[in-house]
Amino acid sequence: MPNLRKLAGRGGLYSLLAAFAFFGAFPFYWMVIATFKTDHDLFGPTNNPFLFNEPPTLDHLKNLLFETHFHTYLTNTLWVGLAVVVITLVVAVPAAYSLARWARGWGEMLGIGIFLTYLVPPTILFIPLSRFTSSLGLQESLWSLILVYPTFTIPFCTWLLMGFFKTIPKDIEEQAMIDGLSRFGAMWKVVLPLSISGVLTVVVFAFTLSMHEFIYALTFISVSMKKTVSIGVPTELVRGDVFQWGSLMAGALIASLPVAVVYTFFLDRFVAGFTMGAVK
Amino acid sequence: MSAPSVSEPAAVAARGGILDRESALAKMMIAPAILYIVAMIGVPFVLAVLYSLSDATTGDPSLKFVGLRNFAAALADPVFRLSLWNTVFFTLASQCIVVLLSRLLATALLKNFRGKWLVRFLIMLPWTAPISLGTIGWLWMLDSIFSPIDWVLRYVGLLGVPGALLGAGTNLYYLGVPGLAISSIILVDVWRILPLATVIQLAGLSSIPKDLMEAAEVDGATPWRRTLMITIPLTLPITSIAFLFGVVFTFTDLVVVYVLTRGGPVHMTQVLSSWTFFKGIEGGDLAQGAAISLFMFPVLAAVAILILRMARRTEVV
Repeated sequence: MPNLRKLAGRGGLYSLLAAFAFFGAFPFYWMVIATFKTDHDLFGPTNNPFLFNEPPTLDHLKNLLFETHFHTYLTNTLWVGLAVVVITLVVAVPAAYSLARWARGWGEMLGIGIFLTYLVPPTILFIPLSRFTSSLGLQESLWSLILVYPTFTIPFCTWLLMGFFKTIPKDIEEQAMIDGLSRFGAMWKVVLPLSISGVLTVVVFAFTLSMHEFIYALTFISVSMKKTVSIGVPTELVRGDVFQWGSLMAGALIASLPVAVVYTFFLDRFVAGFTMGAVK
Repeated sequence: MSAPSVSEPAAVAARGGILDRESALAKMMIAPAILYIVAMIGVPFVLAVLYSLSDATTGDPSLKFVGLRNFAAALADPVFRLSLWNTVFFTLASQCIVVLLSRLLATALLKNFRGKWLVRFLIMLPWTAPISLGTIGWLWMLDSIFSPIDWVLRYVGLLGVPGALLGAGTNLYYLGVPGLAISSIILVDVWRILPLATVIQLAGLSSIPKDLMEAAEVDGATPWRRTLMITIPLTLPITSIAFLFGVVFTFTDLVVVYVLTRGGPVHMTQVLSSWTFFKGIEGGDLAQGAAISLFMFPVLAAVAILILRMARRTEVV
């Protein structure tokens, strides 16, 4: 009897998980199907949409890679992402260390204050920032995105790193200073190498958040050659008024999967930032 | 954390030099972050307030103050009132569903089973993949002619034949009919936030001390009672945090509405962020746009305060 109940529980568990996995992943499965279906198959209303009624084709992929600016969007995204990662690290690592090590009363408040600026949404800031970047002559330039994206990476990454630095015992630095390193040297040569995994987390987030960003890119960039993947795919892969669904889905899929795989590994740490150390 | 560090070696402090003076170093290292945040978040925020009190447009961005005229104009506009209502409704509806589903899903993910990493990867996809690209997948799934949902409904005879439950038409036009478009937006909002809420809930559930549960079991508490008396009270703060972050992200989101409906049919799914975009950027009326976007601020401020309270409370517990 208990075995039967356990079995039923197991069955229930698996069906529940299968249902949720289906819900989460179906749009992406749908992209896979559309990527490899011929147009004739894709646009036959009587065809079973879940199966290949005609042999699969690579036409949409070829079209995407060779006939559209997709590769340019990828390059733009990569370039913006890397630049934002560098800026975020240069600004957030020292700030987080300073808050973690030397924060007394005001510092604690400052740390929380910095995190709260993460809650000021792009949907309030994009109008003034669009004037701001264009008055700097950066309209239609990737530099406008590189300048603005740290508005959401710096607050969040500073907060994450602060939590990370707090877990490294002070004694290690003190020992290093007794051994002759300067205060700064102790941070640079001793604490930072111990924090590699925290820094790596920040690298992943700064890049991922930049890649996901939509509103600023949509507002600042309208020239096709300067678009990033997140706006280029939804706005440009249209011929006349007709969506090229096959290539569109291929583009969405190719751009989504690699970043999703990497992000999944770091998701728990990202969430640790949201729970503010409330859960240990 | 806030205990004064008495153990700093005196010798180091005596050595002097900028790289050894802690207070100077502390300020130097935090300064770039503060400067950047003030310049790129603080100043623009103030600028948004100034715009909202002026008559600035993209053509003439100079600030001439007109008082609260933009806010009055926004409130008098039926499309704005509808967007305000939609924003609140979409957010609350989707996040209530998310809280329930994420708790269920987190409980399931807590168990050990084979292929967990794959299941986790699939479940997390809506949050880990770029939102605009995931939503494009939905756009194709909700297509007016080629939607697979319609195909299934036709296949099982609920649609497309005379006398069928959902009508004799061949399609339901998910994004073209107000009620269905609204439901579609809420569904995609749920889809998007569910993974985030689930991971936060997981953190909460796994933090419940095991011995507490075992003690309750020994005392003869039924599973239902254990949930009611232990799990729910202990995870309430973290559930609230999951809810509040879900609210922030959904309340301010532009992508789902922009990609799926652009606010249509006839503004029926317009939200504050999309209306800000269409008025302020596409319409070029910076002042109106800024005023509309600022209507989001009171809710965000309230949520921020609640998040702080929750975080404080959990730290005490």
